[in-house]
Amino acid sequence: MAEKAKSDFTIVGTRQRKVDGLAKAMGRARYTDDIALPGMLHGKILRSPHPHARILSIDTSAAEALEGVHAVVTGREMAVPYGVIPWTPDEYPLCTDRVRYIGDGVAAVAAIDEDAANEALRRIRVEYEELPPVFDPFEALESEGGDDAPYLHEPRKPGWNGNITKVVKLEFGALDEGFRGSDVIVEHDFLFEGTTHAPIEPHCAIGLWEADPPGRHEGVAFSEGSGGPGDTEAILRRSRGMETKGKSDRGDREGEGQLPPPAGQLTVWSSTQVPHYLHRELSRVLGLDPARVRVIQPPVGGAFGGKSEPFDLEFCVGLLSMKAGRPVKILYTREEVFYSHRGRHPFHMKYRVGATRDGRLTAVDAHTVLDGGAYASFGLVTTYYSGQLLTAPYQMPAYRFDSTRVYTNKPACGPKRGHGSVQPRFAFEVQLDRIAHELQLDPIELRRRNFMGSDTRTVNELRVTSNGFLECLEAVEEASGWRERFRQLPFGRGLGVAGSTYISGTNYPIYPNDMPQSAVQIQIDRSGRVAVFSGASEIGQGTDSMVAYLAAEELGVPLEYVRVMAGDTDFTPVDLGAYSSRVTFMLGNACLDAARKLKAKVREAVADHWECPPGQVLLAGGWALHAPDTGRKMPIREAFVLAESRFGTLGAVGSYNTPKDVHGDYRGGTIGASPAYSFTAHVAEVEVDVETGQVRVDRIWVAHDCGRALNPVLVEGQMEGSAYMGFGEAIMEEQVYKDADHGRAGLHNAPSLLDYRIPTSLDTPELTSLIVESIDPEGPYGAKEAGEGPLHPAIPAIANAIFDAVGVRIDRLPFSPPRVWRALQDARARGELEKPVAPEDP
Amino acid sequence: MSTSLEIVRLTVNGDPRTAGVPPHWTLLETLRYAMGLTGSKQGCDKGDCGACTVLVDGEPTLSCITPVWEAEGHRVTTVEGLAGPDGPHPVQDAFDRYGAGQCGFCTPGVLCSAAALLERTPTPSRHEVKEALAGNLCRCTGYTKILDAVVDAGRVLAERTSGSGEASNG
Repeated sequence: MAEKAKSDFTIVGTRQRKVDGLAKAMGRARYTDDIALPGMLHGKILRSPHPHARILSIDTSAAEALEGVHAVVTGREMAVPYGVIPWTPDEYPLCTDRVRYIGDGVAAVAAIDEDAANEALRRIRVEYEELPPVFDPFEALESEGGDDAPYLHEPRKPGWNGNITKVVKLEFGALDEGFRGSDVIVEHDFLFEGTTHAPIEPHCAIGLWEADPPGRHEGVAFSEGSGGPGDTEAILRRSRGMETKGKSDRGDREGEGQLPPPAGQLTVWSSTQVPHYLHRELSRVLGLDPARVRVIQPPVGGAFGGKSEPFDLEFCVGLLSMKAGRPVKILYTREEVFYSHRGRHPFHMKYRVGATRDGRLTAVDAHTVLDGGAYASFGLVTTYYSGQLLTAPYQMPAYRFDSTRVYTNKPACGPKRGHGSVQPRFAFEVQLDRIAHELQLDPIELRRRNFMGSDTRTVNELRVTSNGFLECLEAVEEASGWRERFRQLPFGRGLGVAGSTYISGTNYPIYPNDMPQSAVQIQIDRSGRVAVFSGASEIGQGTDSMVAYLAAEELGVPLEYVRVMAGDTDFTPVDLGAYSSRVTFMLGNACLDAARKLKAKVREAVADHWECPPGQVLLAGGWALHAPDTGRKMPIREAFVLAESRFGTLGAVGSYNTPKDVHGDYRGGTIGASPAYSFTAHVAEVEVDVETGQVRVDRIWVAHDCGRALNPVLVEGQMEGSAYMGFGEAIMEEQVYKDADHGRAGLHNAPSLLDYRIPTSLDTPELTSLIVESIDPEGPYGAKEAGEGPLHPAIPAIANAIFDAVGVRIDRLPFSPPRVWRALQDARARGELEKPVAPEDP
Repeated sequence: MSTSLEIVRLTVNGDPRTAGVPPHWTLLETLRYAMGLTGSKQGCDKGDCGACTVLVDGEPTLSCITPVWEAEGHRVTTVEGLAGPDGPHPVQDAFDRYGAGQCGFCTPGVLCSAAALLERTPTPSRHEVKEALAGNLCRCTGYTKILDAVVDAGRVLAERTSGSGEASNG
C-alpha cells in the first residue's frame, strides 16, 4: 500500500481524546482495588526479616486458630518453580526452604478484614537459620559457595558459580584493529545506581475460585475427582505430592498423573501488564486446566515494567481462594511495592571507545556487571540487552561486550522502561561527549558524522529500516538554540546532547512458539457500532485508544462509535503484554488486519448497491462515499446494514507476527531484534549551584522518531513522561539498601514515596516534545514505538550539560547534591572547575 | 475477632451520609470501602503521594491520613462530586482534551487539588499550578499536560464567567 498523505486521514494523526479519558477524570474507572466481591476476604503476605536464611519450619497453627481467619498457605503448597523467562525458573510464589532478601514472601493468610489478617501474620512462627548474605556483586562473583555460605541458587552446571545468572560475551568486527586505528581512545568506569518504577497504584489482585460440585463434569478431562469449597485436603494432597518430586520442570504437569487437579474455575483480577503470561503461570503453578483459568486486567494505575511478570500476590489470592472457598484480595502496601521491585538493575560499567581524529567511531569495548538481586526475573534478557541494544543509531565498525548478571541478597531487578539499555546508553553517550571534547568537535556534529542511515544492518546484524535520527538531532539543535548557546552560556549553566534507539517489540516471544504475537477481533453491526476486542494491556499508555483510532479510521466511523474491550483472557484474543514497546506496532497491525477484512465486505456490499467497483467506495467520517461522485453517499450505518444483509453477522479477527529474518545467525542474535527501531535525541539545559551541588534541570527538548504519530497527544505524553522519568533517575532516584553500619543490612533505604523521592511538579523541568515521523514501512500506518525510547538520552544529556556548565564529569548516578558537591570540590582542588573550552568551529 | 463499628456522619458530594466504620478508619477508607466512592485512590497510605486528595470544606485534604472523625460534620467533595448537573467540571474536561491523565490513578487527587486552586485563583499561572499540585505525585505524564490542562481550565472558567466562547480543543 502506498504511503498515505497526512490529509488522507480523518482521525489518525489528529489530536484526539482518549477513549477512557473522561471515565478516568470522572473517577468512574474501576481499578483492581476498586472491585469488591460478595464475601471477599483480605489477604496478607508474611515476609522475611532476613536477607538470607534457611527456613527450618513454619508453624501456622496459631494463625489458623484465630477467629476470622479462613485460610493460610505456605510455599510448600505451591512448590512449582516459575520465572517469566522459561530458561530461568528460580523462584516460588512463596519461599519453600530459603529466603533470599528482606521481604521475600514465606506465608499468606486470608481473613475477614485487614486487621484480622495482620494479626494472623503475627501468629505465624517461622524458624530461620540465618546465612551470610552478599550484597556486593563483586563479592558474589568471588564466592565459592558451600554449606556455610551457600550461593543464592544452585549452580546451573556443576562447578559453576551459583551466584551468576548469565554471562554474555559477544564480539563483532575487528576490535583490536579498530583501537589501533584510533586517534583518540577514552576509557572510564560508570555506575548506574538501581531505580524503581514507583507506579502510583500499588500491585493488587483478587482471586475467585468457583469449585465444581462433585460430578458436575463427569467424564470431562481435568475435572474428575475432588474440588468442593471445603475440599482443601485434596488441594494439599496434590501439592504435597508435587513437593516430593522435587524441582519440577516446565510444563511437565500432565505427566504427574496420579493426583488430578481440583475442578473449578479460577478468576484472577490483577494490576498486571502481562495477563497472558500470568494466565500461563497461574495454570502451571496451581495445576489448573488453562481453559478454566481467567485473568482479567482492569485499568492499571501505572506499571513502567514493574508489573510485567507474575508476582507472589497473584498466586496467593488464587490458592487462598481455593482453600477458603471465598474471593480473596491482596493489596500491596507501598513498602511491599518497593520490596517487590523488579526495577532497573545497578550496572557497573567500563566503556572504552575509540575514534579517528575526524570523530568517526572505530571500536567500542564494554564490560558490565549487572547487580541482579535475588532472582532472575527478566535478567537473562537484561544481560543481552545491556550490549545488544547499543549498536544504533551510530555506525560502529567493531564492538565487543562482556556482561555478567550476578545474584545478590536484595530485591530482584528486572525490566524498567528502556529495559537494559538505559544504563549503557548513559555510559556510551558520555564517552561520545568526551571524544567530541578531546577532538574539539561539536558533539551534535560528532553524532551526525557517525549516523548509520536507514535500511541497513547494525554491527551485530540487526535489521534497521526507517531511521529519523538525523531529523531528531536537527530538531533539538534548532529548538534549543544550540549553535548560539553551547559552550557559550555563563559558568554554571550548560547544555548537553545525547541520542538513542529502542525496539518496537521483540521479534521472538518470551516462550518459543509460532503463534501470533498479537491479535484483535472486531465486530460491527447494523447500529453502526464497532466493537474491538483487544488482547493488549491498557496501562495508561493508550492502547485501547490506539486500536479505536485505527478501527475508526479504517471503517469510516466516528470515534464515539467504537467500543474497546481489552485484557480479559476469556474474551479477548491473546496478546503477549504491554512490554518492550511492542503494542502499537503489533496490536496496531493486528487491528488493521481485522478492520480491513471487514472494510472489504462493507465496500463490496455498498458497491453492489451502487453498481460500481468496490474500489470506488470510500468509508470515512461516518459515511460511505462514492469516490468519483462525492455527492453520492450514505451514512455508515446504512452501509453496515447492507453488509450485514449480504454477509450475515459481521466479525473478523486479525493478527500480527514478526518477520524472522532480521537478525544475525549467532547465539543470542535474536535478542534485540525488532521489526522496527525508534530514535531519539535530547538536549538538556541545566544550572549547577557550585556552593550546594544542586543541579537544576530547567528544560529538556525531546525529539523522537515514532514513525507516524497516530495521535500526537499520546505520543507527546509518552515523550514527556519518559523524559521526566529519566530526569528523576539522573538527579534524585536510587533504589539502595542499608549496610550494617547504617541499620539492618539489606533493608531498603527509603521504601516510601517521600523518602525514595520521585520528582514533583516543582522539580520537573519544562519538557518540549518534538515529534519526528519517519513513516516506517512495516508499522501500522507507519507507526513505531514512543513509550520507552524517549527516556534514554535524558540521563547522558544531563550529564553532558553538567560538563558544559562547570567542566566536571560525574560518572556515577544519581547527580544528587552530596555527590555533585564532592565532585565540584575535587575539581576545584585540581584547578579544573571552569567552563570547558569551546570547539573552534562550532 | 470482630471490630465494633461506630457511626460517622458526613456531607459527601452534597449528600448527608452515615456509615458504620471501625473507630480507627481514615476518611479514605470510609469513602472507598463504606460508601463505595472508589474514585479517591490509595497510593501510599501515609500522605506521601496525594492520590487520596479530597476537599474538606473546599480545602485539599489527604484523606488517607485523616481520621474519619476529623471530617465528621464537614463537607467532603471527592472526584465524583466535582461534576455538576451540566456535566464535567471544566478541569475534568480539560484533562480529557489535553490527555492529562495517562494511567489515571493520580488523576482524582490532582483534580481535587486543581479544582480548589481554580476556586481561589480562577486564572492561575503555570507556576501557581505547579505549586498547587506539588503534593500530588504523577508518575506518567511529566506533569506537562496536567499543567496545560489546568491553565486552560482557568481560561475556560474565565470565559464562562464573562459569558463568551467555547473551549478550544487542546
